[in-house]
Amino acid sequence: MVAEQVEMKKSGPGAARDGPGLSILVGKAKEVIQQAIVDPLTYLANWGRIYSLWPVHLETACCSIEFGAVSGPRFDCERYGILEAFGSLRQCDLVVVHGTVTRKMAPRLRWIYDQMPEPKYCIAMGACSITGGVYFDSYNVLPGVDQVVPVDVYVPGCPPRPEELIDAFLLLQDKIRKQKIR
Amino acid sequence: MSIPAEAGLYTQAVDDDKLTVSIGPQHPGAGHFRFTITVEGDTIVDAVPDPGYVHRGAEKQTEYRNYLQSIPMLERSSLTDVTNIIMPYSMAAEELMGIEIPPRAKYLRMIMSENQRILSHLYWMAIQGIFLGHSTSFMWPMGDREMFIDLGQILGGARVTYSFAIPGGVRNDLPEEFKGRAIKTFNHFERRLVDYERIFYNNPLFLKRTQGVGVLPRKEAISLGVVGQTLRASNVKSDVRIDEPYNFYKEMDFEVPSFDTCDTWARCMVHLIEMRQSMKIMRQCLDKMPSGPVRAKLSPQQRTIVGEAYTRIEAARGAMSFHIISDGSTKPYRVKISVPSMRNLIALPRLLIGSHVADMPAIYWSLDYWPVEADK
Amino acid sequence: MSAPPAKTELRQEEKAILEALSSKLGSRITVAYSKPNRIKIIVSPIDLIEVATCARDDLHFDQCANVTGTDFPKDKQIEVTYHLGSIEGAGLRRIILAIACRVPSATPELPSLIEVYPSVNYHEREQAEMLGLVFKGHPNLSRFLLPEDWNDIPPMLKAYRLPGRLEGE
Repeated sequence: MVAEQVEMKKSGPGAARDGPGLSILVGKAKEVIQQAIVDPLTYLANWGRIYSLWPVHLETACCSIEFGAVSGPRFDCERYGILEAFGSLRQCDLVVVHGTVTRKMAPRLRWIYDQMPEPKYCIAMGACSITGGVYFDSYNVLPGVDQVVPVDVYVPGCPPRPEELIDAFLLLQDKIRKQKIR
Repeated sequence: MSIPAEAGLYTQAVDDDKLTVSIGPQHPGAGHFRFTITVEGDTIVDAVPDPGYVHRGAEKQTEYRNYLQSIPMLERSSLTDVTNIIMPYSMAAEELMGIEIPPRAKYLRMIMSENQRILSHLYWMAIQGIFLGHSTSFMWPMGDREMFIDLGQILGGARVTYSFAIPGGVRNDLPEEFKGRAIKTFNHFERRLVDYERIFYNNPLFLKRTQGVGVLPRKEAISLGVVGQTLRASNVKSDVRIDEPYNFYKEMDFEVPSFDTCDTWARCMVHLIEMRQSMKIMRQCLDKMPSGPVRAKLSPQQRTIVGEAYTRIEAARGAMSFHIISDGSTKPYRVKISVPSMRNLIALPRLLIGSHVADMPAIYWSLDYWPVEADK
Repeated sequence: MSAPPAKTELRQEEKAILEALSSKLGSRITVAYSKPNRIKIIVSPIDLIEVATCARDDLHFDQCANVTGTDFPKDKQIEVTYHLGSIEGAGLRRIILAIACRVPSATPELPSLIEVYPSVNYHEREQAEMLGLVFKGHPNLSRFLLPEDWNDIPPMLKAYRLPGRLEGE
C-alpha cells in the first residue's frame, strides 16, 4: 500500500488524482495566483464567503440530528467556517434544509429564505428534501424543496452520513469559488 | 413572583402590559415547533403550543404498506429513538400474526433499546447545552454519543437508522467484536458520567436555573397523564419496564429513579441516572444472552388475524404505545401511535404559565419534547 | 406483550375488573374481549362519561394513555377508543382498559372526556381534525397538526386516498 502511494507520487504530471501529489498542489497554486492577479476583488470576496458560511438555525425535520453530529467534536464543521450563528438570521448566508419540508413549514422556510441577505446559498440535505424521500406519498409533504427555494447542492442519504454533508460543504465552496461578482 | 419588600422597590402596572411573543420554528430555543407565549412584564401568563410543522402523515401511510415496509418510515418519526419506536409496532404485529420470537432476539432487542436510550439522552443533554447557553455541554455529550453510535453501527449496520427490531425478531445476530468494544465503552463512559455530574450538574449556575423551577406536583402529573422523566421526577416510580415487563426485563436488575422535588432539576437528574442504569442492563444482557436463532420465519406478505393489539414499551422519553387494528390482510387497517412527547406536551402550558421568560428554555427542554415524534 | 393470542388465562385482577364492571354498569357495557393485561368494553356515546367516571373513581384507572379514532365505512361508523391505564391502583399498572364507542359517520358527535381525564385534550383534538369528529364539551377543537389552509376531507377517513399513490395500491 505504501509502496504504491510512493510510486504514484513519483510519476509527475500524469499522476493519479487520488492521493496528495505535487502536481495537484502546483495546479492549485497556479489557480490561486491566476485568480488573485486577474481578478483580485472577486477572489477576495469569494474567499471571504467560502470560509465563513453561516447556516441558519432552522430545523426542518429529522436530518437535523446528523447536522448536530456534524457540528459535534468528531466531524467538526467549524473548521470549515460553518458556524451556526444563533444570533439572527440576518447575518447568515446558508440555509441547510434538514429533511422533509411539510406544507405547514414551506411558507415559513420561504419567508426565512427571503429575509436572508444576498448572497445566499441552500443545501438540500436528505432524500426527503430532494424528492420527498420515504414520505413521497404523504398528504402533507412537499416532493422536494426546490419548489420553494433554489437549491445549490443536493445531498442524498437518509440521513446522509456526516462525511457526505462535509463533502456537500466542500462542493458548495467550489461552486462559490467559481462565481463572478457583478 | 413578587419583589420582596426589603428590596425597597415597588411595582406599578402600566396599562395593559401584555405582549404576545411567537417563539417560532426558526429560533435557537425552539426546534421544529412553535409556541406563542403571552407575557406580562416578566411573567408568562399564557402559552399556546402550535405543533404540526413536521406532520408527515405516517399513520395514513402505514395503511398502504405491509407490516415490514412500514418499518423504515415509522423509524424516522423519531430519529434519536429508532429502536424504541418500532419495537411496540413489531410486538403488536407479532401478536396479530400469532408468532413468538426467539429469546436471543429479545435480548438483542433489549441491548439495542438501551443503547438507543443512552443515545437519546445524550442528544437531549447536548441540546440542553445549547438552550442554556453552555456550549461545552453541547460538545461533550455529542462526542460521547459517537462512541455509542459506533456500537449501534457494529450491531445494526447504519449510523442512526438500523431498522433492527422487525416483526419476527431482529435483523441480524451480534458480531463478535461487539462485546469487547461495548465493555470498553461502558467503562469509559461510566467515568465520564461522574465528570458530567460534577461539571454540568453540580454547577451553581445550572442549579440556580433548574432548582425550584417548573414544579409539577405529583397529583397533577398523574391527572395530566405525563410520562417518562417528567412523571418520574414528580415522585411517581413508574416505568413500563417494571409496570408491564416485556422482553426479559423481569430478569434484569436495575433501578428506576424518582425524585420528590418535582422540578426541572429532578427531570434533568433522571436522565443522568437512567443512562447509568442502561449500561448496567446492557452488561447483564451481554452476559445472560442464550444462543439460538434471532428471527422467526415470516413471509414478507404475512397475513394477520382479524383483531387489534395494543402494546407499550418504555421509550427513551417515556411510555410509547401502538394500537394496531387489522382486518386479516397483509396491510394494517389502522395504526395509532401514542408518543410520549405528545403526552408530555400538555404539561408545557401548565408549567410555563406563572414562570419567568428566562426560565422558558430550561422548562421547555426538560420535558424532552421532540416535535418530530409528536407530529408523527 | 408478545404472548400469542391463544392464551387467555386471566389473572385475578382482570377477573375482578370484569366483575366490578358488570356489577356497576351491567347492561350498559359489552365486553369485546379480555386478554391478559387488556380488556376492551363497548359503550354507547350516551353512557361514555358515566362509564369513564366509574373507571376512574371505582376501578382506579386514573390515566388516559391514548385516543384512537377508526373509520369503518362498511358499517358507516367511526369507532373512538380510549385506552385507560392506572398508576395508583394496586396491581393494576400492567392492565389497560379500552373503552370504545361507535358513532355514525354522518353525525360523528360524542361527549368529550376532558372533564374526567384532562390528559385527553390534545389527543381528542388530533382525532377530531383527522377524522372530522366533534367532541362536545371540548374547549378548543381548532387545527392542531394539519396545516392551517387544509381544505380537503379529514385525512384519516378511508375515503381519502393518499395523493402519491395510484389507484389500486
